[in-house]
Amino acid sequence: MLTVATGNKAVASAVKQACPSVVAAYPITPQTEIVEQIAEYVTSGELKSQYIAVESEHSAMAACIGASVTGVRTFTATSSHGLHYMHEMVNWAAGARLPIVMANVNRALGPGWNIWAEHTDAFQERDTGWLQVYVASVQEAYDATLMAFRIAEHESVLLPVMVNMDGFLLSHSMQPLQNVDIGDFIPPIHLPHAIDTSHPAGYGTLTGPEDYFRLRWDMERSMRDSVAVIRETQEDFAKRFGRKYDFVEEYRCDDADVVVIAMGTLGKEAEVAVDLLRKEGLKAGSMRIRWFRPFPHLDLSGRDVVVIDRDYSFGFGGVIARSLAATERVTPFSVIAGLGGQEVTYDDIAGFVRDRRPGEELWFGVNGNV
Amino acid sequence: MTEIPKDEYIFKCTSACAGCSDSLALRYVLKAAGPETVLVIPACCTSVIQGAYPNTAMNVPVYNVAFAAAAACASGMSAAFRAAGKKTHVIVYAGDGGTVDIGIQALSGAFERGTDFLYICYDNEAYGNTGMQRSGATPAGAKTTTTPAGKEENKKDLDAIVAAHNPPYMATACAAYPKDLFSKVQKALSLRGPKFIHVLAPCPPGWRYSSEMSVEMGKLAVRSGMWILYEREFGKVTISGPSKAAMIKPVPLEEYLAPQGRFKGISKEAIAQLKSQAERNAGRLKKEADGIC
Repeated sequence: MLTVATGNKAVASAVKQACPSVVAAYPITPQTEIVEQIAEYVTSGELKSQYIAVESEHSAMAACIGASVTGVRTFTATSSHGLHYMHEMVNWAAGARLPIVMANVNRALGPGWNIWAEHTDAFQERDTGWLQVYVASVQEAYDATLMAFRIAEHESVLLPVMVNMDGFLLSHSMQPLQNVDIGDFIPPIHLPHAIDTSHPAGYGTLTGPEDYFRLRWDMERSMRDSVAVIRETQEDFAKRFGRKYDFVEEYRCDDADVVVIAMGTLGKEAEVAVDLLRKEGLKAGSMRIRWFRPFPHLDLSGRDVVVIDRDYSFGFGGVIARSLAATERVTPFSVIAGLGGQEVTYDDIAGFVRDRRPGEELWFGVNGNV
Repeated sequence: MTEIPKDEYIFKCTSACAGCSDSLALRYVLKAAGPETVLVIPACCTSVIQGAYPNTAMNVPVYNVAFAAAAACASGMSAAFRAAGKKTHVIVYAGDGGTVDIGIQALSGAFERGTDFLYICYDNEAYGNTGMQRSGATPAGAKTTTTPAGKEENKKDLDAIVAAHNPPYMATACAAYPKDLFSKVQKALSLRGPKFIHVLAPCPPGWRYSSEMSVEMGKLAVRSGMWILYEREFGKVTISGPSKAAMIKPVPLEEYLAPQGRFKGISKEAIAQLKSQAERNAGRLKKEADGIC
C-alpha cells in the first residue's frame, strides 16, 4: 500500500510488521514519534507487544536485554544523548549476542543543546559489536528496519543491529512509503542460548582472559559472517519486494574520475551534485556508504576521492575520511560538513568536488567556504 | 511450622568468604523460589560467589547484568516471560550499592511500572565486592576504606523509598533468621507485581568480626533494634516475631557494636546518631503497625 509518511512513522510501521514481543523505549527528540506510534499500535491492538515505558535509555536497553535473552524479538529506538546514556548496555547487548534491533535517529551531542542531524552519536558506538546501517529515504528507513530483524536474528550473526536515519531531515520528512506484506520474510526467532530453567546456566559470569578473548573473536567472526547474510537478505528483499540495496550505493561511478563519498541524506544530495558536475563535463560519481559496520570495501583505485563527514573525531579527523585512508589507501579531500544540522546543498557538494585538495581537510563554513 | 525443602540450588564450595551471609540468605531464597526461577544479578558479591565461566554454582539460570541495570533487565525479562505465558519467577538479587546508590533509578522505575518480579537487596552496608567502600547503606560511625574515620552520614532509608512506591509486598529479613526469610520469599512470590525484601547480610571481612559469628551478628542486629524485621502487605505493617521482643526490651546497642572492627573507637556522638536513627525507625514502624499512621 502506497502512503506518505515520516521516517519515524515508517520505522514504527516496519516494527509493527516485524511484531517484536517486547518494546522498551524512552522518548527523545527527534525519535519521539517512533515510540508514540508504537504505543498507539500496542494500545489499539494492532501490535501485540509488551510495551515497557522505561525511565531511561540505560533501562530501555537493559529491558531489551532481559527480554531478548528469554528468546523473544525486541526493539527499541533512541537518539544522540539517549544512545550515549545507554552506551554501557549497548556494549552488553552485543557481548551477550542478543539480536536486538534499535532505530537511532542521528542527532548532534551537547553542549550546546542541538537537536539536529549529525552522525557522531552513532559513530561513537562503532566499536561495540553492533551492525550499523544508514538510510537516505523514508522508504529505506522502513525497508532497512525490516531487514535488520532478519539479519540480527540470523544464526550466523546473532548481533544487534542499529538502523540510523538523519534527525529531522528524514525523521520528520514526509515522503512516499510503500508498505509491503512481509509474509515469511522474517523467520520466527530462534535464540540458541535463550534462558531455559530446565537447563540452568550462568550468563555473563566472570570470564578469564582466554575465554574472554575467544568470545571476542567469536563476535568478530560473526561480524564478518554478517556480510554474506546482509547480501543474501538484501537480494531476497529485492526479489520479493522489488527494491534493491547494496552495502554501498554507487551513482554514476563506472567511468568516474572523481568520487564523492557520504552517508545518510548527504549521500542522496551528492547524487544531485554529480548530475550537476556531469553537465559541466566533470566525470564525477558518488558512493553512499549504507553499512558502516561491517565496514564495506569501496573500489576507489585511480580516482580522486572527496569524503564528506557529518561527524568528527577530535584530534583525528573525519571518521569516514580517515577510515577510507586506512582501509583503501587513498588520500581523500576530507570535508567536515553538516555538523549540528548545518545545511549542505548539492551546490555546496559540487563546490567541494570542483575545488578538491587531496590530503587536506575543510571545515565547511568555518575555515572558509569553497 | 514452615517446612524448608531439602533441595539445594547453590552447590557446595562456592567462592564466598567464610561466614558469608549473602550466600546463606540466597540459599534460603532459592529454596523458597524453587527451580522455575531466574536470578538477575548486577555487579555485587554474588557475581563472584556464583563461580567463573564456564562453571556455575547455581542450579537456576543466572543472568548477570551491569551495575545499574538489574531492575530494568528484570522488567524486560518478566514482560517476555509473561507474554509467553510463563510464570517463571524473576528475582533480582543485588547488593546495597547496586540498590541504594547506582541501581535506585532502575529500581524506582520498575516498581512504578508494576513489574511482576521480586527484588531482594542483600545489605552488607558497603561495597563488599570491591573491598568495603562506603555506600549509601553504610551506617553512621562505620569505618570503610573510603570513610577511614567513620561515616558521618546516616544510612539511607531505602525501605521508606520503596514503601513510597506502594508495592503489594515488602519486608525486611536477616540471614540469621532463615525460616523468617524463607516464608517471606514464599509470600512475596505468591503475589503479582513488584515485591521487595531487604535482607541484612552481616559480612565478616567487611564488618571485621570473626567469621563464625555471622549468625550471632545478625541476631544482635535484630535484638538491639538496629535491624527491625517486618512485613508490609498492601500497606499494612506487621512486626515479625523476633523483632517484637526487641522492640519492647532491646539489648544495649553496644553489644552489637563491640564485636565489629568497623565500629572500633566509634565516638559517643556517632553512637547517639545510630541510636536516634534506630529509635526513629522503631517509632515509625510501631505507629504504622498499630494503625496510627
